[in-house]
Amino acid sequence: MIIDTILSGDRPRSRLLGALLMAAFLALAFAPFLFPGTKALGVASRICIFIVLAASYDIVLGYTGIVSFAHAMFFGIGAYGVAIALSNLPVGWGAIFIGLGGALVVSAVLAVAIGFISLRLRALYFSMMTLALASFALIVATQLRDITGGEDGLTFSLPHLLAVSYRPFAAPVLGVRIDGRIVTYYLVFTAATALFLLMLRIVNSPFGRVLQAIRENEFRAQALGFSVVLHRTLAGTIGALMATCAGALLALVLRYNGPSASLSFEIMVDSILLMTVVGGMGTLYGPLLGAIVIVLAQYYLQPGMAALAEWTDGVPLLPHLFNPDRWLLWLGVLFVLIVYFFPTGLVGRMRGWTEPDE
Amino acid sequence: MKSAIDWPPRLVLPLLLLAGLLAMNFTTWLTLSVAGVAMGMMLFLMASGLTLIFGLMDVITFAHGAFVSLGAYVATDVVARMPELAASGSWPASLSVLAAAIAVAIVVTGLAGWVFEVVIIRRVYGSHLRQILITVGGLIVAQELLVAVWGANPIPVAKPLALQGSVEILGAAIEIYRLVAVGLGLAVYGGLYLILARTRLGLMVRAGVENIEMVESLGFRVKRLFVGVFIAGCALAGVGGALWGIYQGLVTPAIGPEMMILVFIILIMGGMGSVGGAFIAAILVGLVTNYTGFLLPKLALGSNILLMVGILLWRPRGLFPLVKS
Repeated sequence: MIIDTILSGDRPRSRLLGALLMAAFLALAFAPFLFPGTKALGVASRICIFIVLAASYDIVLGYTGIVSFAHAMFFGIGAYGVAIALSNLPVGWGAIFIGLGGALVVSAVLAVAIGFISLRLRALYFSMMTLALASFALIVATQLRDITGGEDGLTFSLPHLLAVSYRPFAAPVLGVRIDGRIVTYYLVFTAATALFLLMLRIVNSPFGRVLQAIRENEFRAQALGFSVVLHRTLAGTIGALMATCAGALLALVLRYNGPSASLSFEIMVDSILLMTVVGGMGTLYGPLLGAIVIVLAQYYLQPGMAALAEWTDGVPLLPHLFNPDRWLLWLGVLFVLIVYFFPTGLVGRMRGWTEPDE
Repeated sequence: MKSAIDWPPRLVLPLLLLAGLLAMNFTTWLTLSVAGVAMGMMLFLMASGLTLIFGLMDVITFAHGAFVSLGAYVATDVVARMPELAASGSWPASLSVLAAAIAVAIVVTGLAGWVFEVVIIRRVYGSHLRQILITVGGLIVAQELLVAVWGANPIPVAKPLALQGSVEILGAAIEIYRLVAVGLGLAVYGGLYLILARTRLGLMVRAGVENIEMVESLGFRVKRLFVGVFIAGCALAGVGGALWGIYQGLVTPAIGPEMMILVFIILIMGGMGSVGGAFIAAILVGLVTNYTGFLLPKLALGSNILLMVGILLWRPRGLFPLVKS
């Protein structure tokens, strides 16, 4: 069937999950018309970008079973590539592609280097190494003021087609005035969909099967003649390249890039890691769902918590815990509970309901 | 088979000191070296617990930084509660303020570590992946709880009066507090060494590090021992945090996690699980940070990462790897 071709034969394997995916796809596809407004459009773009980012992290974490803390670095490289190119070259599509291309090369070189240097070490060393490297990248980005704009980051303008002032139609379409922002959104949405399906294709290819074999039993995979270091390095590189693309999309949406927007540990831990684990590692649909849940929580949890804080006013400590600024506390608790009780995340849970034997 | 002493890793530290001496004049070198060793001692306090925890139970925790922050905050509170003693310039008064801050930090972080072990760590023995994930989650929660209690704004803390200022030794100005930190760090290292090398408890810990199944099959409850080691490790992190917080003069929620990157570099360079390795590596990191901070300020943290990568390429298991049977 055609669906099998599109999804590379990796069906959701759960009615609920399938329905949710369908709903998410439709909601995102028509987001500018269903949820008009700048904020809603920003949320929808962010969801698309983080779906790619979390899914690319899943290729590393979920399909090879090693924890890297350097994934935000590749995201940042993509964002900086586009940002630096658009700030220094004549604004146009050429600049975007040069920026993206340069970023992809840098990411690929770094990912291969990281793979060959540290994947030989124990998995644990790898995690700590990547943590150190990520902080190194953060330092580089903040120190090279002339190129990266330091802490302030870079603000730049986009080609005419994506600029806010661009109006393809004189009259509103379906009650919404089409402008450059919406064009940008559809660029992001299309790119995200294509990248996600590409990743689905990769993990369901023979190469993806080898990755899973290594994750399940490294020794046996090695005994079958597959080079563990080579496959893990390749997986890491693919993940890194996808994250770089996601970063480039982020720069296009924000028209800005800075250390805290794309490179920080907050992005790494509070977004990427949380999304992948909450949604379900090693499923690719999990990070997709996780990205939606976490981005929505990041934007809409705070008002709910403000209400709770007001409601518990007078009880000691509780209002502090429900303070809207403490939203991360509750996501952290959720994260810990999920690692305890549902190691397979939301998607694993849903599949468990439909296939009790698994 | 124990072969002859492996000399090259032992020469790294003297060589670094020598290189520093060649690159700058003597008084600067002395000031920076003392500063580096002092920083190394505080880092060692944070790293020692982690390396023991890993060595004994193969457990890795990314949440250790939260205990460092907790220790710093607790120490800040204690110092703030003893304003007269802290402001009187006499040595006994100032030292007792510091001692009180450290003692309270030990108790609080030890208790917090116990809770953390029971609630978080105990359920994920044996799986590194889940340990990393769950302790990262635990770190998020712990950091947010710290902010909920102490607020997000930095809290200033002054060193007790007698510990402020500096003395002149061989023409170099040396901060008194740094000397105190060096003394304390050496005392803790010595104490740890004595406990590990000379007591029955230490014997069990070392035996557990080397071959846990054997110790268990001989009827010792290594798991219970591990809880003790975990608590002690968190308390050590608390001491490190208390010293570091007072040293910095400004305590933020991120004070611990910021240090953790250096601590992980230390663990990797020293060899995971090795206390002596952590001690040497901590001093290395302290020295490199201070030397490059002076010579090439832009490279300060980066230099440690480069040092780590270099050492790993040379010795993939760290300078003083633990021999596990």
